Amino acid sequence: MTQATSSHRSPVTGTAVASKRRRLFLLDLYSTAVGKKYVMAITGIALMGFVLTHMIGNLKMYLGASELNHYARFLEELFYPIAPHGVALWILRGGLLAMLVLHLHAAYSLTVLNRRARPVKYQSARDFQIATFASRTMRWSGMIALAFITWHLLDLTFGVVNENVGAKDAEGLKDVYGNVVFSLQRVPVAIFYVIANVLLGIHLFHGAWSIFQSLGWNNPRFNKLRRSFATAFAAIIVIGNVSFPVAVLAGVVGN
Amino acid sequence: MSNKIKNLTLKIWRQLGPTTKGSFETYKVAEISDEASFLEMLDYLNERLISEGKTAIVFDHDCREGICGTCSLMINGQAHGPQQGGATCQLHMRKFSDGDNIVIEPFRAAAFPIVRDLMVDRSKFDRIIESGGFITAPTGGAPDGNLIAIPKPVSDAAMDSAQCIGCGACVAACPNGAASLFTAAKVAHLNRLPQGQPERFKRVESMVETMDLYFGSCTNHGECQGACPKEISVDVIALLNKDYRKAKFASRKDLAR
Amino acid sequence: MSLTVDLLEQNTVNLNSKIPLGSIEDKWDNYKADMKLVNPGNKRKFKVIVVGTGLAGASAAATLAELGYQVDSFTFHDSPRRAHSIAAQGGINAAKNYQGDGDSVNRLFYDTVKGGDFRSRESNVHRLAQVSVNIIDQMVAQGVPFAREYGGLLDNRSFGGAQVSRTFYARGQTGQQLLLGAYQQLARQIGLGGVRLFNRTEFLDVVTVDGRAAGIVVRDLVTGEIESHAAHAVVLATGGYGNVFFLSTNAMSSNVTAAWRAHRKGALFANPCFTQIHPTCIPQSDEFQSKLTLMSESLRNDGRVWVPNNPNETRPPHEIAESERDYYLERLYPSYGNLAARDVSSRAAKRLVDKGQGIGPLKNGVYLDFSEVITRLGREVVQERYGNLFEMYERIAGENPYEVPMRIYPASHYTMGGLWVDYELQTNIPGLYAAGEANFSDHGANRLGASALMQGLADGYFVLPYTIGNELAPMLGKTIPGVEHPEFKKAEQAAREKYDNYLNIKGSRSPDWFHRELGKIIWGRCGMERDEQGLKQALSDLPALHEEFKTDLNVTGDGTSLNQTLEKAGRVDDFFELGMLMCRDALERRESCGTHFRTEHQTDDGEAKRDDQNYCHVSAWQWGGDAMTPNLNIEPLEFEAAHLATRSYK
Repeated sequence: MTQATSSHRSPVTGTAVASKRRRLFLLDLYSTAVGKKYVMAITGIALMGFVLTHMIGNLKMYLGASELNHYARFLEELFYPIAPHGVALWILRGGLLAMLVLHLHAAYSLTVLNRRARPVKYQSARDFQIATFASRTMRWSGMIALAFITWHLLDLTFGVVNENVGAKDAEGLKDVYGNVVFSLQRVPVAIFYVIANVLLGIHLFHGAWSIFQSLGWNNPRFNKLRRSFATAFAAIIVIGNVSFPVAVLAGVVGN
Repeated sequence: MSNKIKNLTLKIWRQLGPTTKGSFETYKVAEISDEASFLEMLDYLNERLISEGKTAIVFDHDCREGICGTCSLMINGQAHGPQQGGATCQLHMRKFSDGDNIVIEPFRAAAFPIVRDLMVDRSKFDRIIESGGFITAPTGGAPDGNLIAIPKPVSDAAMDSAQCIGCGACVAACPNGAASLFTAAKVAHLNRLPQGQPERFKRVESMVETMDLYFGSCTNHGECQGACPKEISVDVIALLNKDYRKAKFASRKDLAR
Repeated sequence: MSLTVDLLEQNTVNLNSKIPLGSIEDKWDNYKADMKLVNPGNKRKFKVIVVGTGLAGASAAATLAELGYQVDSFTFHDSPRRAHSIAAQGGINAAKNYQGDGDSVNRLFYDTVKGGDFRSRESNVHRLAQVSVNIIDQMVAQGVPFAREYGGLLDNRSFGGAQVSRTFYARGQTGQQLLLGAYQQLARQIGLGGVRLFNRTEFLDVVTVDGRAAGIVVRDLVTGEIESHAAHAVVLATGGYGNVFFLSTNAMSSNVTAAWRAHRKGALFANPCFTQIHPTCIPQSDEFQSKLTLMSESLRNDGRVWVPNNPNETRPPHEIAESERDYYLERLYPSYGNLAARDVSSRAAKRLVDKGQGIGPLKNGVYLDFSEVITRLGREVVQERYGNLFEMYERIAGENPYEVPMRIYPASHYTMGGLWVDYELQTNIPGLYAAGEANFSDHGANRLGASALMQGLADGYFVLPYTIGNELAPMLGKTIPGVEHPEFKKAEQAAREKYDNYLNIKGSRSPDWFHRELGKIIWGRCGMERDEQGLKQALSDLPALHEEFKTDLNVTGDGTSLNQTLEKAGRVDDFFELGMLMCRDALERRESCGTHFRTEHQTDDGEAKRDDQNYCHVSAWQWGGDAMTPNLNIEPLEFEAAHLATRSYK
C-alpha cells in the first residue's frame, strides 16, 4: 500500500479573532450568499409583478383589436402630461431591466459559488427526496426564458423579426393586435412561445415559493399556503400566456 | 425473526487521501443477517478483507445509535441511505433485499475533503460554531436557572433545532453543497431563547459570513430537510435569513461588537 | 498544609486523599478559602493539557481557558462534539428543590452515597451535591433547552426510583444538549485563541519526569505521526472502560487506553470491578453485532417483565396464557415490582436466561410487555409517553412493540471504577488529574441514574479550575521539562515500537476478533455475577488469549496513514490488561456490594451481602510490572455524615 498524505497537521486555534472589513451596508449585505438571495427574491417579486400585469394586459386581445391597441397607447401615455410622452414607460422599462440584470448577476454569482462548493460531483446517481424538477432546473428554465424574452423583444417591441410592427390600425394607433396575430400565426414561433412559457411557469413555481424562504417570511400560520400560492401563481401565468398562441392558431383571435 | 439477505453487490469508493484519485471497488457479500445494521455489514466485510490481508475500508462511526453524528455515507444516492429520520448507523439490512446492488460514496463537498475512503473531514462545521454558535456565559457567574421564565413553546422550538447532530448530511444532500440547515439550526436554537438575545445579531452575522467562506448557498431545494436524521425543518433557514437581514439593518452602534 | 488529613500510608504509594478539615458541609468552602491562587496575569504562563472533550473535558478546557491558562485540548474524534457523553438520554440530577418536595444538598448527597452502596468517598460526593445546583444555572445560561413547564419554569422528573423529582432533562437527549453546551463554550475559546484543539489525535502515553506529570505522547490518527506535548498539568477526561465487555452501550471507539497508560506510569487504578449493567437494552441478535442499544429505563414504569414458565416454549408470546407466564420481578419483589433497582432486575433476568427460560431467536432476552397498559390506558396514551422509544425499538429490532412485547436484556453501560484521585481530582502522580467517568471518586459501587452527567460537569466546571490553580501556584517561575527531555523521547520511541510491532506480527486474527473473545470472557466471568472459581478461570484464560493476541494479531495497512485497524489493536491490547485487573479486583473483593455481586456472598433470598468489616475501602491498584501482578493499596472509607445502612428493594 502506498502512502497517502503525511503532512504535519497543526492545531486549530484563534479562528474567530480576525475582524471583517465592513462596507456600505447594502454592499455588505450583498457580499454574502444570504444577501444575494435577498436580491434574487426582491428582483423576483418585481419581475413576477411585471409578468402578471403583462399577462393581464394581454387578455385585452380577447376584447378585440381596439381594446388592446388602446391599452398599448395608455401605457405609452402613462403619467402624461406630468411626464412627457413615453417617458414613464421607458423609466419602467429601465427599472425592469435593472431588476433583470440584478437577478441575473445574483444568479450567476450563486451558481459560481455553488459549483465551487462541490468541485467533485457524486460519481453515482443521486436519489433526490424533496428537491423538485423545478428547483433543480432553475438555471436552465431561467436561461431559456431569458432567450425567449430576447426573441420576444426583437419580435414585438423592436420588430426586427416582425414585418407588421410599425403598422397603424383604423384609429391611427399602433397595431399591437396585428403584431401579435402576425407573430403567433407562425407555427414555430407559437411552439417556442408555448415551451418558453411552460418553462417560465416551472421557474415561477419554485421561485414564488423560494421568495418566502429567502426573505425570511416564515410563519406556521401561512407556511402551508406558500406552496399553494406558488402553484396558483405559476398556473395562472402559464394558462394566460399559453392561451394567446392557442387562440391565434385556433382562429379565436385575429379574425 | 432473523433471515438472511443474500448476494449483495457493493460498490464502495476507495481513496487513499484528499488529493489522490479514488475509484469504486466492487465487493460481494454472499449472506448477511437482516438483523445486522448497515455498518455491521461493513464491519463484517472488513473482517473478511483483513483476513485476506487487504486494507480495511475506512468509514467514520462511533455511537451507533444516531446521536453522535460521526457516521456519514451516501448510500444509493441518498445521505444516510434509504430511510427517513435516521443516521446511517440506524439503518438496518432488512431495508435491503436479495441480489441488491448498493453503491456507497463519501459525502462530497469542497468543505468536506476526503480523509480516506469514505471518511471525510467535517471540521468546517466547528469553524462555524467557533465564530458565534454559543452564548457567552463564562463559568461561575450564572444567575439562578429559574430567574428567566421561558415559555414552553419557545423552549420546545429551540430544542427542535438544537437536536442537530452535526453529521453533515444536509451539506451532502444539498445540490449546492450549502450548510444553511446546519448553521440555521444553531442560530434558531440560540436566537429563540432569551439567553441568546444579547448576541443575537452578532451571532448570525459571524456565522453566516463564516459559512460563506466554505459552503455553497441555499436555493431552497429542501433536500437537506429530507436527509436530516433529526428531520429539522427548512423553516429555520427562513429564520436565519430574517435575523441576518435584521443584523445588517440594525444600527452598528446598538450592537456589541 | 494544615487543612488536609493523611488517611493512611501503606505499601509503596502515598494515598493521601487530601480531604479538607471541617464538617462535611464546610469542607469545600474551607478548601476554597485556603487554596492558593494564581494571579490573573500569571495564568497565561501555565499550560494545561486536557485529553478528551466530553462533558468533563470540554467544560474543564473551556473554563481553564476563560481563566487565562493556555489550554491544549485533544480528541481522537473529528470534532469535540462527538464525545460519548452525547448519548446519555435520561437527565441530570441537581439538588435545586424547585419542586418543593423536600430535596436538599444533603439528601442528594445521602442518596448518592447509599446508591453507591457506601463505597464512595463521602467528601467528594458531598461536594458533588453542592455544586450540582451551579451546574443547572450554568447550563441554562449557556442556552441548554431544558424541558419547561407551561409557566416557563424548569421541569423535573423523578428518575431511577428516586423519591424526589430532581432530574432535569431535555427530551430523551439530555446528554446531547449538555455536551453541545460545553462544546460551544469550548468552541468559543478555540475561536478566541485560548484553546488549541488537536482533533483526530489519540493519547498514547503520559510522560513523567522526577515523579511529576510532564506531558503526553500522542498519535495523529490521520498521518500516523507520534509526537510529544509538554505542560504544567495534564487532565485525563477520557471516559470509562465499558467496552472491555466488547458488547456494551458505549460508543465503538470508547476505550481505556488513556487511563491504562497512566496506570502503567504509576497512577493507581481504583475499584476496576465496579461496572454498571443497565437492565433494559435490546438483546444481541447475531454474532456480528457490534454494540447494544439502551432503551430508557422509564419503560419499566408501564411495561411488565416476564418469561414463559416452560424453557422449551416455542409459541409466539401472545399465544402463551397468563398462567404459563412468570412475571418474576413482580413475584420476587412485590413492593418495587418491575421498578426494582438496575442491578437487582438485571441479575434476575440473567438467572432466568441461564436457566434456559430466555426468549427470542437466541433465547437471550426477557419480555417487556405493554399489552396490559395499552388495554388499560389506550394506545394513544402509551404513544404519547413512549412513542419515540417504541419507534427506536422497531427500527432496530424490526418488531412493533404495540403488538409484540419488547425483548430486553441487561448490558454494560457505565464504569464506576477508574483512576484513583484525591479530593482535588489529582491522581497520585502530581500534575496528573482525572475527571468524569475516568476517575473513580463519586459513585462507589453503583451509580444512580442521571448522576453521570452531573459528575462530569461538576468536575470540569466547578472543581478542576480551582484545584489545578492550587497545584500550579507554587510552580510560578520554575521551568518544566520540554519535549526534548529524554523521558519524552523514550516514551515516543516505545509508542512507535508498540505500533510497529502490531503491524509486524502478521498473524491471522483481527483486533476485533480478539476484542470479541475478550468480551466473552469478561462478560461471562466478571459480568453481572461473579464467583471465585469463574474469576480464577478468567485469570488463567485472559493471559493465554493475550499471549495469542501478541503472536497471532493481524493488522493490515500501514502506520503512516489513517488506519482504523491499527488504532483498534492498541485499544484492545490495553483492554486485555485492564480485564485482568478487573478480574483480580473482583476476586479480591470478597463481598457483594452495588453492582459487584459475588454469588458466594448473598443473603438467603439472593440479595447482595456487604462486608463493611473487611471491605469498606477503596481498592487502589498499582502497576506491578505485569498485568497479572498488581499491588493492592487500600484507602479506608469513613462515613461520618452518611451512616452505613443496607439497601433493600423488597
